[in-house]
This record gives sequence, structure tokens and C-alpha cells, in this order.
Amino acid sequence: MWFYFLKRIVLAVAIIMIAVTLLFFMIHAVPGDPAAILLGPRATPEMKAQLYEQMGLDKPLVVQIAIFFGGLLQGDLGYDVFSQRPVADIVFEQLPYTIELILVSISWAVAVAVPLGCYSAMRRNSVVNQVAGVLTIATIAIPSFVMAVYALLIFAVILRWLPAIGAGDGFWEGSIHLILPAFAIGIGWVGYISRLVRASMLEILGENHIRMARSFGISEWHIVAHYALPLAILPTVTILGVGIASLLSSAVFIEVVFARPGIGALIVDAVNTRNYPIVMGTVLVTSFLVVVATTLSDLVAAALDPRTRENL
Amino acid sequence: MPSVEASHSEANEGEGLGVLRSVVQQLRNNRLGVLGVALVIFVVASALFAPLIITHDPIRIMVGPRLAAPSLDFLLGTDQLGRDTFSRTIMGGRIPLLVAFASLGSALAVGLLLGLIAGIGPRWLDNLLLLVFDTKRSIPSIIFALAMIALLGPSLATLIFVIAIGSVPIYGRVVRTQTRALRNSEYIAAERSMGASTTRIVAVHVAPNVIGPLLILVSMDIPAVIAVEAGLSFLGMGVRPPTPDWGVILNDGYASINQSPWPVIAGGIPIVLATLGFTFLGEALRDIFDPKLRKDL
Repeated sequence: MWFYFLKRIVLAVAIIMIAVTLLFFMIHAVPGDPAAILLGPRATPEMKAQLYEQMGLDKPLVVQIAIFFGGLLQGDLGYDVFSQRPVADIVFEQLPYTIELILVSISWAVAVAVPLGCYSAMRRNSVVNQVAGVLTIATIAIPSFVMAVYALLIFAVILRWLPAIGAGDGFWEGSIHLILPAFAIGIGWVGYISRLVRASMLEILGENHIRMARSFGISEWHIVAHYALPLAILPTVTILGVGIASLLSSAVFIEVVFARPGIGALIVDAVNTRNYPIVMGTVLVTSFLVVVATTLSDLVAAALDPRTRENL
Repeated sequence: MPSVEASHSEANEGEGLGVLRSVVQQLRNNRLGVLGVALVIFVVASALFAPLIITHDPIRIMVGPRLAAPSLDFLLGTDQLGRDTFSRTIMGGRIPLLVAFASLGSALAVGLLLGLIAGIGPRWLDNLLLLVFDTKRSIPSIIFALAMIALLGPSLATLIFVIAIGSVPIYGRVVRTQTRALRNSEYIAAERSMGASTTRIVAVHVAPNVIGPLLILVSMDIPAVIAVEAGLSFLGMGVRPPTPDWGVILNDGYASINQSPWPVIAGGIPIVLATLGFTFLGEALRDIFDPKLRKDL
């Protein structure tokens, strides 16, 4: 058990280090000189010379990587091209908005999807179930940004029930501003998770210990909630960990559609203005988040189910 | 349906036709599969024959009034520059479909190669490749794509490249797992004991067994790739205007959403139809060939 935990954490650290090294080479492999790339087309020769020295580009490559890593360990992600503010400050300013958005989105999705999945596993052959099955696939298939634009059109532009853009101030305003974005991100997850729960629920409901519980005359709801669900929820835990990557990806679109602040809006803006330090900082921070989340969910899954520890 | 062609070429003529016939038969019994096939044919055919279908020049501005509602002359209305949305939508399917097939095709080839290398090669190489795959997967796909676009500049080639790279780790992992499993099977051991070279074993025995499931995986990724392409174009990171593209059309509509709902409605529909069609088809194909496939992931 502890050995598995240790192995998993070492792997996570290795992945982060490789990601950083790849990022380093990505900046350096691009044709042209890295100082010019980092500074963008607006750079003056003096700025370039200064950055050249700052980045230590005259030193050997190994030393450069070491300096790069050293800076990262001290939280130094470089400086914004335009405002000269530290990239770390800017990224961490925007990060809470994105975290809030994806947490709210996935929470409502799980809250709806888990009971839905259990219900459809219990009523396997009803017509409602079949219709729900098709709708489920449809919500998974339709991209979140199309969902977002249509939701915006219907509820904000035509009906005017909900605000179209921004994040709002204060708790009440903020919550109202979250409804449409969280709907657009979460709806696909409702379909995805309910399918997952349904599939593993069906598998577990066929097992012997459940049949024994039934033979004791325990009610079906009680069986599902107390004996089957703790097992059926496992794949969802694993998927949620991996899912943070795709949640962050959809947040990019949703933040742009609803003109919300956040990491996604930040990177799109940075790509448009060729603000490379911000782009790279965003990539680093988001991949770090993903690695932490997947590692955590693997550890939780391993703690809940010893079988998963075997295959690393 | 690439998987059908593959099984066709593997087997001898009669057997291949038999497989094809049974697939068609099973697809016909799957209502969602039928709907998927119909939608896919509709979307692909309208993109292929786009020049014959369009009613106006998709790039010319002011062929009609700005932001007109749908009418007989402008079937889906016009956009903020007075371009015909119907013609733009029909032409706009060509790039997403091209990007989907080009990127998935190259991802398939590279993923197959790397997966075979990881599966057959020495332990350290296997571990190294797995680590690289895991690293790539830990960067959120859209954020990685945006970073690459920032470095390489937005273009059709960048789009294909970025999307291809995104899919390689998944395919590589599946191929690697299957290769590892096959490698320990008895008939491979028998072949090896008869003195067959590793190249022969991989080319004759491993690759044909691995490619079937891989093709189903790839076909299931088509809707996701279409969505990514449309999404990146929506953000203005894809093809340059005035080239029509579903994502660009949706974004144009989004910009004028307060003046007229029609461009947005028309811009989203083809994306919805295409992703739904390919998803239904992919699900049906998976059910037919290998119901347990996605579980390995």
C-alpha cells in the first residue's frame, strides 16, 4: 500500500519534470531566438540584450535547464511582456475564477448524474430509460462551447433571465453569473458520469453478495444505496481525476463565450498578443493541477479498492 | 468506415464480404447506428459536393442585406457582412472534416508505431514512452493546442499537427497494452521458437491484431476532433477569415448575437449534426466489434 503510494508520487514528480523540460525545449526549439520569442515582435534590441543576460542564454544548455528549474522552484515563472509583472502573480490571480467554475460545474453534474445512473440501472428496460440513453449520448457529443452559445442565446439574449457576460460581484451576483457557464460545462458530464455509474452498477447488481442481500428481503433502494453504490462510484472517482484536464479545456471556451475572467480567458488573450511567458506559465500551472488531481484520485481509488493498486 | 475496409483486406475475399455483410446487418438493427450513418453521409456528402450545392459565393460580402432572417433566397439567412450563411455552412464543413481525417490518420500511424515499439521493445524504452505519453496527457488538450499555436502561428497545418499530437498518447497506450498481451501468447512463442524475426512477428502477427480495435477507437474520436477544430476556429486560432469554417461561422454569429439570432443558430447546427452523427456511428460500431473496448483505458 505505502509502496504503491510512493511509486505513484514519484511518477507524478517525474511527469512534472518532463513537462517542464519539454516546455523548455518547446521555447528553444522554435525557429528564431528565444529572447525574441519571449519578448514578442515589439521587443527593442536593449530589451533583448537584457533578457539574454537574464535568461543566461550565453551559458551551456544544461546550465540553462538548471537555472530554469531553479527559478520554478522559487515560484519564478518569468515576467509578463507588457506589464512586466511576475507571471505567477497574474496566473494565480485568474486561477480562482476557473477553479470555482469547474468545481461548481462538476459538482452539480455529479449530484445529478449519480442518482440518475442508479435509477436507470434499476429500471433497465423502460422506454424512458431508452430515451434518456439517447439524450445522454447527445449531451456528451455536443461540444460545450456550442452548448454555451445556445444557452447564452436562449436564456440571456432572448429570454433575458440570466446575465450574459462577466463574473459578477459578491456571492449572489456571482452565483447568478455562474449558472449558464456551469450548465454548459456540466451537462456533458451528467451524461458521461450517469452512463459510467449505470454500467458499473449493472455489473455489481449481478454479483453474488447483492443476490444474497436480495434474498434476505432488503429493499432494492437500500441495496443500491448501501451495498452497490460505494463500489459503483469507483470508476467515477478515477474519471474525475483524469477529467480535470478536459474540464480545464472546456473552461477555456466557456470563459471566452461568457467573457468571464480565468485561466482560459488569460491564455487566449496571451496567444492573441503573443505574450509567451503568460502562455507558458498557464501551461505549467494547469498541467501541475492535472498531475496533482490525477495522482490524488488514483490514491483515493487505491485506498478504496485494493485491486487497482496492482496495475501501475 | 475504415474498420470495414481493414477487415476486408486482411481476410480473403469471401470472408471479407461476409464480415462486411454482417456488420451492415448489425448496423441496420441498431436504430441509433442507422441515424448515425445517415447523418454522417449527409454531412460528408454536403462537404464533398459543396460547390454544387451552394446558392451563393460563400466569401463574397453583401450578396444580400446584413443579418437577414432565413428566406427562400438565403436559406439560413445572412451574416453581419451580408454573406449567405447557408453557402458558408456547406463550404465550412470541408476544413473540419479534412482536419479530422488528416490528424487522426497521422495520429493512428504514429500511435501504432510508438505503441508497437513500447510493447515489443526493452523495458526501459517502454517506461520512457509511457512517461512521455502520460506527460502529454497531463497538459489539458486545448491549452496545449493554444500554446503550440502561439509558437507556430495559426494555420491549417498547425491545426492538424496539434490535434494529431493530442491523440497519439491514447492510441500509443492502447497499442502498447495489446502488444504486451499478445507478446506473451502461445502462438507468438511458437512462432518465435521456429526462428521468426521480431520484425516478422510484429508485422504479420501483432500489427493486424492490434489495428482493428485501434480503428474503432479512432472512429470514436472523430466527433471529439471535429469539436476541437471547431472550437479552436471559434477562438480565432484556426483558418484565417474569410475562409468559411463551422467554428468561424459560429464565432461570427456570436459577435452579432444581440442583433440577430440566426447566424448563431445556423452556425451551431452543422457542428451538432456532425458530432452527433459520428458519435452515434462510433457507438454502434463499438457495440458491434468490441463492447469492452473502452474499458481498457
